[in-house]
Amino acid sequence: MSRKPIRGKRSPLRPWRICCLAAMLAGAVAAEPEPIRIGSKNSNESYLLSEMAAQLLESQGFLVERRVGLGGTLIAFNALVAGEIDLYMEYTGTLSQAIFKLPRNAGRAQLNRLLAAKGLRLLPPLGFNNTYAIAVRRRQAQALGLRSIGDLASHPHLRLAFSHEFLERQDGWPGLAQAYGLDLGVTGIEHALAYQAIAKGAIDVTDAYSTDGELLRYDLAQLRDDRRFFPQYLAAPLVRTDLDAEAVALLRSLGGALDDDRMQALNAAVVVDGGSFAEVAAGFLGEQGVATAARPDDLWPSLAANTAQHLKLTFSALAAAVAVGLTLSLLIFRRAVLARSVIYACGLLQTVPSIALLALMIPVFNIGATPAVVALFLYSLLPILRNTVTALCAIDPTLLRVAAALGLSRREQLRHVYLPLSMPSVLAGIRTAAVINIGTATLAAFIGAGGLGDPIVIGLSLNDVSFILQGAIPAAILAILTELAFEAVERILVPGHLRAAQ
Amino acid sequence: MSAVAQLVEVGKAFAGRWALKGLNLSFPAGLTTAVVGGSGSGKTTLLQLINGVLRADRGEVRVFGEPVPQHRPEAFRRRMGYAVQGAGLFPHLTCRRNIVLVAELEGWPADAINTRYAELMAQMELSEEMAERYPHQLSGGQRQRVGLCRALLLRPALLLLDEPFSAVDPITRVGIYERFEQVQRREGVSALLVTHDMREAVRLGDRLVILKEGLAVRSGPTEEVVRSPNDPYVEQLVNQHL
Repeated sequence: MSRKPIRGKRSPLRPWRICCLAAMLAGAVAAEPEPIRIGSKNSNESYLLSEMAAQLLESQGFLVERRVGLGGTLIAFNALVAGEIDLYMEYTGTLSQAIFKLPRNAGRAQLNRLLAAKGLRLLPPLGFNNTYAIAVRRRQAQALGLRSIGDLASHPHLRLAFSHEFLERQDGWPGLAQAYGLDLGVTGIEHALAYQAIAKGAIDVTDAYSTDGELLRYDLAQLRDDRRFFPQYLAAPLVRTDLDAEAVALLRSLGGALDDDRMQALNAAVVVDGGSFAEVAAGFLGEQGVATAARPDDLWPSLAANTAQHLKLTFSALAAAVAVGLTLSLLIFRRAVLARSVIYACGLLQTVPSIALLALMIPVFNIGATPAVVALFLYSLLPILRNTVTALCAIDPTLLRVAAALGLSRREQLRHVYLPLSMPSVLAGIRTAAVINIGTATLAAFIGAGGLGDPIVIGLSLNDVSFILQGAIPAAILAILTELAFEAVERILVPGHLRAAQ
Repeated sequence: MSAVAQLVEVGKAFAGRWALKGLNLSFPAGLTTAVVGGSGSGKTTLLQLINGVLRADRGEVRVFGEPVPQHRPEAFRRRMGYAVQGAGLFPHLTCRRNIVLVAELEGWPADAINTRYAELMAQMELSEEMAERYPHQLSGGQRQRVGLCRALLLRPALLLLDEPFSAVDPITRVGIYERFEQVQRREGVSALLVTHDMREAVRLGDRLVILKEGLAVRSGPTEEVVRSPNDPYVEQLVNQHL
């Protein structure tokens, strides 16, 4: 298996979609089978396991669609319940704690009884236990004689920083501190940043997952969980019960194929050695005697596809917002109270953090492009509405009196007086909305909408700047091009002395 | 003498206060009637009742022998020209487009528009190079003349003039008076000029109406009003300004 020496040249999973497309086109000649849609959460282990499942199914002739990088457990689980995806890899501990909120960790049999009610089934675990681990720098652990979690009590000067999720969860820090009688100050940190922070010595102790490849990469030691506080997190395919029986049989064959060390090594092959998910997954399957087709691993097609999808998300939302925003503005601007209320309501929408708004869309629109476009649409409304209403209300009343007195009908007044005079401000509003959209749309990758956020999400989970730049640079270029395009439009539509710049 | 507009017992109130109180006025066709009054006298309200922008609370306003139409007043208003203080030109339109906009909306053929436009530009002594300039590139006097061209374009039967000369300096103003009087004579258009300037009213008006606090305290042919004011307020206006 070849590995690309230059990491920046690696591309995210997008080429696979292109292959899927090619496969679909080939399949379309014969009967058109429904693809199996495989989701993943946005951790690199989830990507890798989903990729293994995908290649395994593809090797037996199944058509697969990858909807990876979903922004969290609830998003992935709800997408599965809603039938937006057919399977993803989940952990027994997560199902017990985060989904079913059980007091103790449940076994697979008990989980399957609960899952059956939702039309889901947990297949046999893959073998390894990816539970929480408390990580410290190996050198410091040796120097201080740190071996188990309980040893932390005698070193109160250590700086503890845990991921926000870990700080919140009952099976995280609160329970752990209680179980070990630890009374230490802790701060929150983004999980993706924690490894760098601990490697550079900015913090001393953080939470990790026991199979994280980064533990190898940054030479971190895990403190022993003597009191067996952390529950088991056994990874297993979580599937819809209506999934094809043959596919289920294939996924079952992965049962017990991976132990802790093997999984950590595979993770490290990605995060330390820079292998792509596809390569590492294919390597593992090859060892298992599964022949997978070689796939091209090309930057440009994936960049083009991501950019196209990004533009589609951004501009379909913008077009809808322009249509609705302008119409609404014209309907309300003459009624001051109504206009103010509508603008306040839109302003309220704007204060909802983008990622939260995206998450709120899921119960209504599931995952994918639709909820992303709706969320972006809502974000675009305010700048367009506010600028339009303000500009319409600010038109010199003398001009309006003249227009009426000259015998211009309502429609003619709109066409020849209101709209052209408010045009600079309207265009500025649309321009603001477009640029905000291009930025915000990168977050849409968290709900499976694709676009330039895809490489960013993968890059975040891998802590790999080159991936992040594959999304961030094109997004920045798009934003600049959009600015330039609007300047050109303004130059055409607005006489020089009325332009915003003057 | 036929009247181009008539007010019969017309009253108009704003927020419970009468701005016009039972006006009985007749504006003869073919003449310029100057309505003189200070601010708050109701003179602008009077204009807006005649073009239907405002509706009378009592009494009746008749224009061109008909009551002011309640619905779709556009066609009715296009029979009246309208010019306003400061000209009120649309800043996003060139001088030419400001003038010809209503004719385009009326669906006039292009050559008719061009002929009429050139005719008015010549009469108002505006050079052709103004055509593509925007209002902010014109002087105050030029803007005012463009405003008059716009008001006259559709060959209206009645011109409504809301202090159109008051923002122009006195020397330029006299020139515009002359242009305006020539055009008006040639076109035979009736005019209703609202002004606070008694000298302007006497200079341009064939007839005067003196408004004070919503009442017409005096009206009649200009010379007659000036010769015998018959009212202390009118007398004061005549003595102070003439």
